[in-house]
Parts: sequence; structure tokens; C-alpha cells
Amino acid sequence: MSRNGPLALIFHVLVMVFMLAPILIVCVVAFTPEGYLSLPTNGLSLRWFRAIANYPEFISAFGDSLWLAALSSVIAVGISVPAALVVARHHFPGRNILCALILSPLMIPHVVLGVAFLRFFTQIGVSGTKISLILAHVVIVLPFAFRLTLSTTTGLDRSLEQAAISLGASGATLFRRVTLPLILPGVVSGLVLAFINSFDEVTMTVFIAAPGATTLPVRMFLYIQDNIDPLVTSISAALIALTVIVMAVIEKLFGLERLLAGEGGGRS
Amino acid sequence: MSAVVHMAPRREGAPSWLAPFLMLLPAMLLILGVVLVPLAMTALLSFHSFSSSSGISTDMSLANWAEIVADPYYMEMFLRTFRISGVVTLACCLIGAPEAYIIHRMQAPWKGIFLVITLGPLLISVVARTLGWALLFGGRNGVVNKALMDLGILSEPIPFMFTEGGVMVALTHVMMPFMVLSVWAVLQRLDPRSENAAASLGASQFTILSRIVLPQVLPGILSGAIIVFALSASSFATPAIVGGRRLKVAATLAYDEFLNTLNWPLGAAVAVLLLIAIAAIVIGCNALVEKRYSRMFQ
Amino acid sequence: MLARPGTAGSAPMTADAFLALDGLTKRYADHVAVDALSLDVAQGEFISLLGPSGCGKTTTLQMIAGFVDPSGGAINLEGRDLVRVKPAQRGLGIVFQSYALFPHMTAAENVAFGLEMQKVPKAERQARVSEALALVGLSALSDRYPRRMSGGQQQRVALARALVIKPRILLLDEPLSNLDAKLREEMQIELRQLQRSLGTTTILVTHDQHEAMALSDRIVVMNAGKVEQIGRPQDVYERPATPFVANFLGKTNVFEANITREGDDVKADVGGVRCPCPRHVADSAGPVMLTVRPEKISFADQGLACRISSRVFQGTHWLFIGETPSGTATIVCQNDGVAKPEEGDAVHLAWRPEDVALRASGGGR
Repeated sequence: MSRNGPLALIFHVLVMVFMLAPILIVCVVAFTPEGYLSLPTNGLSLRWFRAIANYPEFISAFGDSLWLAALSSVIAVGISVPAALVVARHHFPGRNILCALILSPLMIPHVVLGVAFLRFFTQIGVSGTKISLILAHVVIVLPFAFRLTLSTTTGLDRSLEQAAISLGASGATLFRRVTLPLILPGVVSGLVLAFINSFDEVTMTVFIAAPGATTLPVRMFLYIQDNIDPLVTSISAALIALTVIVMAVIEKLFGLERLLAGEGGGRS
Repeated sequence: MSAVVHMAPRREGAPSWLAPFLMLLPAMLLILGVVLVPLAMTALLSFHSFSSSSGISTDMSLANWAEIVADPYYMEMFLRTFRISGVVTLACCLIGAPEAYIIHRMQAPWKGIFLVITLGPLLISVVARTLGWALLFGGRNGVVNKALMDLGILSEPIPFMFTEGGVMVALTHVMMPFMVLSVWAVLQRLDPRSENAAASLGASQFTILSRIVLPQVLPGILSGAIIVFALSASSFATPAIVGGRRLKVAATLAYDEFLNTLNWPLGAAVAVLLLIAIAAIVIGCNALVEKRYSRMFQ
Repeated sequence: MLARPGTAGSAPMTADAFLALDGLTKRYADHVAVDALSLDVAQGEFISLLGPSGCGKTTTLQMIAGFVDPSGGAINLEGRDLVRVKPAQRGLGIVFQSYALFPHMTAAENVAFGLEMQKVPKAERQARVSEALALVGLSALSDRYPRRMSGGQQQRVALARALVIKPRILLLDEPLSNLDAKLREEMQIELRQLQRSLGTTTILVTHDQHEAMALSDRIVVMNAGKVEQIGRPQDVYERPATPFVANFLGKTNVFEANITREGDDVKADVGGVRCPCPRHVADSAGPVMLTVRPEKISFADQGLACRISSRVFQGTHWLFIGETPSGTATIVCQNDGVAKPEEGDAVHLAWRPEDVALRASGGGR
């Protein structure tokens, strides 16, 4: 029953080629031994990967991107968990509006957010600082952290916490020993998705980035605007390789399919 | 247990709404302070006037808005933006929906592998993915162009960089995972027995697809189309890299006004207009879809 | 003591009740979930709150546990106001319908949790945990996680977890409703023996009248937030105070009847047949509703005329449905080997005066 016909399989192969070609070509061209963009027909070379070392601004931007993604995703999850617990437990007026507002950075085009942040940070005088980058990134990854956390807090059986309370747990102990372990799948998924989205963000960040506070994707974007050469290709290839490794780790830990397509495990 | 609003006096001093309120406070402050206030400031900014000598003034006028609406130069960019988004959305529907269904029908190991290949690009930087298209078709050095010309199939490279077609192809690649994701979500809820039931009633494969599967999957395609359209219309990195400065869309126009021309009020007006246009289209389509399908899912 | 509405048949209030609910009320925006419930529970007593879903029994339990704040009334435990005590400090053991075992802890860790919260030293903790697990017969499974246990085993862990903290009151919220019928019966017997031997005051919330009757010392029958009747199981069953109680606790027959008196001789006229009836229930003359349980009716040479319309064999007993001039009758007979009427037979129905309850007409169905 679940077999696809030959036409469907041809279609499928073409789609897979379409999806993979631009990614694979980056990885292949990055190994060129030539000084210009070309397929590595005369053997593979790591010269362009070694060349990255001569561009410390890319390496420092990579480090900054990591820090920014880590910090903003942790802050976003820290804000999301208490909010998601309240939203899951209480019915209060304006609850739906509040959820829509927390999720709104997902709906607002990132260009618009970039423009708004640039104006806002300039007005309050923190433009071009790391603080402004962190604030902006917390806002754009908050929806991911909140949505995935909320998917586990709404499924949380209240009687589990009530059982713990009746046994004498309360406050921080209750949260640490019972609530957090129960919502952990959603919290971790939210953290991972928030981290990846912060790390990959370019559209909004390009508006507020400054020489002292920038990210790797922004630096790559600005570089590509001027010229496309094997250097940016090797950096991209390294980034793709890193992403694939992260995907493999996620797959091992709790299933990539569930993170991308699921709502964080359907327990009720 | 509906409407659990706390009203009884509680044990110790603090009112019972205080703790939930404090737990919501950081999120509320962040959204208010770093989303709503900046958006309001941007809307205000769009009414200020600008001159290259004296910068931004604090007067209020509709000059920027009038300029955008009246000047065909700007209107063309908005038209181009929505033309590209429309074609990308259509392409994603025609390719993404069947592909999601094909993967859905596969056996266990392949199903997961191909789903990850299709959705995985979501996690890869959009800059790296767009770079790939530039490597494939970028002028005479583009790998595909070069190969075709070396083989004598083409005399001139396929025009890709700085063309609308190029932007459309690269954007379709960037947006495809969102469509597959949206259709996949619906397929997961599809009861496979409804297909078997139709087959047992003597329906052909085509009839099953058009009469049983498609109507059930359509809501997923439509919501996917809305997402793809909204994201395409506001996409920045891909049109900026493939289209360059010569082929501007609304998002790259706003970028140029802010960071090259430094005419912030005009850039703000472009951004706000883009936001309003996308919001209107998305809300309109959502209302249509919900009106059409509300009965089916109640 | 003040007059307490809605406590018909309850034991007289005593100032030194172990647990006293006094006019306990929970109002929501659109309805009253619990309406002025008053109940005194003696130490060591097993009380069931029985009623259909939405009758307020679970809300009552939640108020005792502290998860729902009362809108009015008082809860006193050993003379102290329980409402002012935080839920975490009430020292009550609770077993939930879903068992609510912590999925990330083993059986032993689940049971130890309450003792950890009380900062019981590790050695004592371990001893008490294995004692509690032994009590429910689960010593062998102490290192197993809940998701790898059967429903019955999870149930026992939940019971051990609630009992190990030596709760002042054990609250059971439909604890057996997720078990299959056979296991449920076994657990009822076990629970009853356990409660008797430990002497823990217990409040059970259930919608299953068999469970309530099998386990409790007293039953509180609730409907729409109000108490219908409080009493010992046999009293509530045999002498239901309201039509609701009569119908909720098993099948019953309701016949239209007329009270006639000739001096001291009071009879109920049912379908032209004069039946003796208990004097204490027949205060007034005139039309009444006569209720009698199906198993209290026997076939006799004379009495209420009845034509058997169907009979169903149910293993331990026979079930008959018949038509009488006063309405449809349901009769249950022991399968004792004696020949029984066939479908279509004309028979006469009889019952003992003490098995009859009478109420004024028009009060309910």
C-alpha cells in the first residue's frame, strides 16, 4: 500500500537533488586547490580552510555568535518557563492576547524588527553594543522557547505537582525536583531551537550589528555582497559541517524529526 | 473547572494573583519594551521628514508615504516583492505538498532520512544556502553553467544572478521546508484507513488522491502557503545576495534607506508598509481558510 | 451546635470530631460546586464521598487537600483551622485517579520523596520505604520506573507513597477507577484490610456505589453540590432519604400507592392490593411513592399482580422484568435451584414491610 510509483520516485529524486545541490556544491567547491571558484578537478586541497585562520574577524565573529546564541537562548528559556507555567495553569482575561504577543516576533518580518530595533537602540543610546544584540536576539528566539515549553507545560498532569505538594514539597524544591524534570523535554527542545535560530539569524542582526558587536552570518553576508570567493565558501562549508554534527547530536539525544515536525512529544 | 479566578482570601498576606503575575512579568516587559515600543517608534519615525543636510527632523507629515505611493520606482519594488512571493508560494505548493506525501508513504528508515534531508536545511544558515545557488549558476564560473558550456549545450550562461528568476529559485529552496513541515503535520493526523477504505470501494489511485487525500491535506497546504508567502515577502538575505543592488525588493530597499542612503524616515515607511501589506494578506487569507474549513474540523 | 442543613441522617455533631467540615462552600463564577457541606469524621473512620461526576465530591477533596480555596465555611482538623495551613504542610496523603507517580523516579524514590521533604535521615528513610513497599507487596519492584509497571502495581506504589509519611488523613480520589473489574475487587479488599490495620482516617471519592459500600464506614451521597444523605452503607441503601439516593445506589422499584389507615393498622394500597407497611414511614394518608429494592421482592401466592415480560439469567441470580397495574417491576432472585417463573407467567409479588420506603408523591421520579 505504502509504495510509491515510478513517477513519484523520479519526482522525489529531482526534489532531493534540488534540496541538496546548493548545499553539497558549497562543500565540494570549498576543497578547490585553485585561487578562484571552481570544482576541485585537480585534487582536493585544504588551503581555503587553512586560509580562514588568516581572517581573525571571522573567527571572532564565530565566537561571538556562539556566545550570543547561548546567552539569548538561555535567557529566552528563563523567561519562557515561568510564563508557560502560568499560561498553562491559569485562565485569566487577556491570556490569548498575551500568548499572541509573546509569539509575535515570529509573525513580524525580521526586516521590520531590524528597522525597529535600530531606531529604538539608537534612541536609548545602546546602539552597536552587545547588550542591544542580546536583547534583540532574546526577542526573536522567545517564540521558539515559549512555544515548545508551553507544549509540555499544557500537557503536564496537575496531579503530579499536587502529589508532590501533599508530600511536603513547595517553592523551589517543588520546581527543581518535580516540575522541571517533567517539562524538561520541551525546555530542552525550546533551548535548542532558540539557539539555532539565534545563531542563524541574519536579516534582523544586519541592521543592528556594529564592528564591535556582530555575528558570523552577518559578516559572511557583508563579505558575499562584495565578492564571492573560495574563502567564504570554505567558511560556509565548515558551518554546514558543524550544523550536520549538531543535527546528528540532536537526533541521538531526542530525535530530530520530533524537534522539527513534532510538538515535543505527545504525553498527556 | 472553568474560569478559575482566585477570589477566596488566602492563607498568608500575599494575594494569590501576585505569583502568577510576577512569573509573567519578564515576558510582558520584554515584549512591551523591546517589541511594542520600538514598533511604535518606527511608525512615528515614518512621519518625520529627512534631508541629507539636516538629517531627521521631528515634524509630522505624510511626505514619505506620499512618495512611496506616488513614485513608480518604489511601487515597482513592492510589486516585484509580491510577484516573487507569489511565484515562490506556488512553486512550494506544487513541489512541497507532493513531496511531503511521497515521503509520508515511505517505509520506516527512508521516511526519517528523507524528512531530515528536506527539513534539515532549515537549520543551515540561509547565507550558506544562498551561496550554494550563486556557486551553481553565478555567471560563467557557475558550476552548472560552466559544465553546460564546456559540453557545448549552452553558448551563454543561464542568467541567474541579478534576475527575478534566480531570486525565485533560491527562495523556493529556502522556503520549501516550511511547506513540507506544514503538510507533514496534517499528514500525520491523516487516518491511513480512509485511503484503504476508498481503495476497497474500488477507487483508482488518482481518485484516491484527488477525492480522499487532497481535500484532507488542503488545509495544511493553505497554511503552509500563508507562511511561505509571508516569509518570502519579507525575505532579505537571499534577494540581497542573488538580486544584488540592481534588483531590489521591499526588504533590501528598507536596508539601503537605513544603512546606505541614511534616509531613516523613508526606510521606516517602507518597513511599516511592508508589515501592513503582509499582515493584511495573511489575516485575509487566514479568514478565508478558516471560513472554508471551520466546519470540517469541528 | 447550630442546625446544619443537608445533613439528614448524619451522626450528631461533636465538638471533638477529628475532622470537621462546617458549611464548606465553593462558588465559581457560573455555578456552586459545593454548597454548605458539613461533615464530622471520627478518627480512624473510612468515609466515602459518593455521587455522579460534577456533584462536588472531588472539589471537596481538593479543598481538604488545599488545592482549591473554599469560598466559605471551615475545615478543622483536630480542632485547628486547616484552611490556614499551606497545602505542603497539611500532612495528608493523597492517591490520585491517575496515580500521579513521578515518572522520572523509581518506585522507591517515589515513596521516599515525602520522607525527603520531611528531612528524615537516610537510614530511617530507607527502612520506612522498604517497610511501606512491603506493606503493599512490592518489595521486588523497588528499583523499577512507573512506566514499566502495570496499573495495579502503580496503584500500590501510589498508596505506599501516601502512607509512608504517616498521613493524618488519607485522601483517595477515584483510586481504583482505572483498574479492570477483577483487579478492582481485589484492591478493594486489600485497601479495606490495610486501612483497618493502620487505622488511618480515610476519605474516598468515588462514583461507584459498590466501591463506596464495600469500603466505607459511612457514605456521604452528594448531588449537584449538596449532600443528599450521610449514613452507614446499609442504612443509605435500605432507607434512602431521597429519590436520588434510591436511584443512585442500585436499581429500585417505584410504585404509586395510597396510604389507608384503620385505627393503628396502616396499609399501603398498591394496585388494589393492600400491603402492610412500616408505621414510622406512614405519617400521612393519601397518595405516596413506595420504593422497594428488586432483591427484596419475592414471588408469592397473593400480592401485587404481575405479568413477567422478560427474564435474564445472570449467573448468581435471575433478573425479571414484569408489568403491574402500578408500573414496571424489576425483581432479582437468587439462583438457588428453585423453579422460577417463565416469560408470560402471571405471578404475585410480595415484600416485607421493613423493606419498603415511602415518600410523598411528586417528590422526584
